[in-house]
Amino acid sequence: MIDMFLQDILPNVLKILLIVVPLMLSVAYLTYAERKVIGYIQVRIGPNRVGLWGLLQPIADALKLLLKEVIFPAKSNLYLFLVAPVLAIGPALAAWAVMPFDDGMVLANIDAGLLYILAITSMSVYGVVIAGWASNSRYAFLGALRSAAQVVSYEIAMGFALVGVLIAAGSLNLGEIVLAQQGGFWHWYFIPLFPLFIVYFISGVAETNRAPFDIAEGESEIVAGFHVEYSGMAFAIFFLAEYADMILISMLAATLFMGGWLSPFDGIPVLESFFSWVPGLVWLLGKTAIFLFLYLWFRATFPRYRYDQIMRLGWKVFIPVTLVWLVIVSTAQVFDIGPWFTESAVITAGGG
Amino acid sequence: MESVIFYIFAAILLFAATMVITVRNPVRAALFLVLAFFTSAGIWLMLEAEFLAISLVLVYVGAVLVLFLFVVMMLDIDLAPLKEGFTRYLPLGIIVAALIVVEMIAVLNAPQFDISAAQATDGSNTKMLGRLLYTVYVYPFEIASVILTVAIVAAITLTLREHHRKLQDPAKQVMVKSADRLRMVDLRSKKQDGEGSES
Repeated sequence: MIDMFLQDILPNVLKILLIVVPLMLSVAYLTYAERKVIGYIQVRIGPNRVGLWGLLQPIADALKLLLKEVIFPAKSNLYLFLVAPVLAIGPALAAWAVMPFDDGMVLANIDAGLLYILAITSMSVYGVVIAGWASNSRYAFLGALRSAAQVVSYEIAMGFALVGVLIAAGSLNLGEIVLAQQGGFWHWYFIPLFPLFIVYFISGVAETNRAPFDIAEGESEIVAGFHVEYSGMAFAIFFLAEYADMILISMLAATLFMGGWLSPFDGIPVLESFFSWVPGLVWLLGKTAIFLFLYLWFRATFPRYRYDQIMRLGWKVFIPVTLVWLVIVSTAQVFDIGPWFTESAVITAGGG
Repeated sequence: MESVIFYIFAAILLFAATMVITVRNPVRAALFLVLAFFTSAGIWLMLEAEFLAISLVLVYVGAVLVLFLFVVMMLDIDLAPLKEGFTRYLPLGIIVAALIVVEMIAVLNAPQFDISAAQATDGSNTKMLGRLLYTVYVYPFEIASVILTVAIVAAITLTLREHHRKLQDPAKQVMVKSADRLRMVDLRSKKQDGEGSES
């Protein structure tokens, strides 16, 4: 028993900590980055009081939330009220299990990694829905209903976009998808799958309930939506889940469409050797940071969508676009077109 | 070790399935159904059927039950009458349950349903399933998808009957100018009706 613990369980627990602890730190500093970036976009300074340039602000916020009292509404469904934040954070963390950070640097190298991520992220809507229902508040309930409808609609477009990636790569394994994009940035899938790339990222913004798709919170319409009754740490956990999901969607976009840990300069004579010392993790994090910046930029730029506009965009624009592009990708794959679809065909043949 | 995990999952599954039919609040019943699906996905994973397990979570937990919850949450149900009629429907229920048990026994004992043979595939379960679906079972698969598509089209057509159809033209909405919605009224500072200013 102790042997098994030392050999199987302990290393895995350490690896999980190695993912979760940096993730939580990134979440903390993403909130800081968000306030700073939006501040400068709106010609303000943003937080600058706690620590140098306000760098300790997220720590202070976390401490404040930890010390706040958690209030339970008298007529709420107490059990579900407490389960909801757990259901929100659970999938947001579990999805990271299959994320490849570098060649072979992955916690669980499972074959159906892409499907796993789709399945687990589709679970995250339960946190929002249950929170809204259990709070026994009209505003929270409206937030829950809006969120359920929105997430189900955008999941389809997102799934189709990912189907395009798996046709191109010929694999569901995230590591193999990255390897299929080897050889310089013009081999990455954001070029041949450009419409799917756009659809994927916008659906990702909608799935994470971020502006301009944040109708589940909609503070100007329904106060704070599904988490209006939550306070203290229970509220902070929803916050953590939302930001962890944002980072996950950004890193997935980097992995599936921007070559993951691969250097953009592969195959360019001088630059390739010049940048060869940079570890893959740095490239991945850099690409992720670009997408995270887009999230913040969207939030500072666009007004919130109206409900019928969201539904129209999801069902009438994104799904037809993805369906058409799936046909194009399949044709290109069958006829081995371009630098993108030839090598992946080799991988499929080799794997099968 | 594996059998211990199996029994834990099986116990949770049975517990959740029982709760689905005994719990009175329909939202809780739906949530227990989520738990039941999730645990059975876990059991399928232990059979190395990872594609089926993940798609069970993806389709049923991620989409179907969200819609279920969506509907059930909006029902304002009086819980008291739900328990009435238990004895009245009991004989019928027992007959249906017995039939299902007999059918399951017949199916599970059939030679085609040999689980140990299904486990023998090495390599990617997903790839094997895809290959089988699009070669050996291509006609049943395609016919099933056509039937489902027709069902979707039919369901949407039912909701699109002319008289309660609210059609928005996004092009018109985008092209709208402030002058179309807003009329500037020159108000003299004389005594006037306050309501006259709104148009």
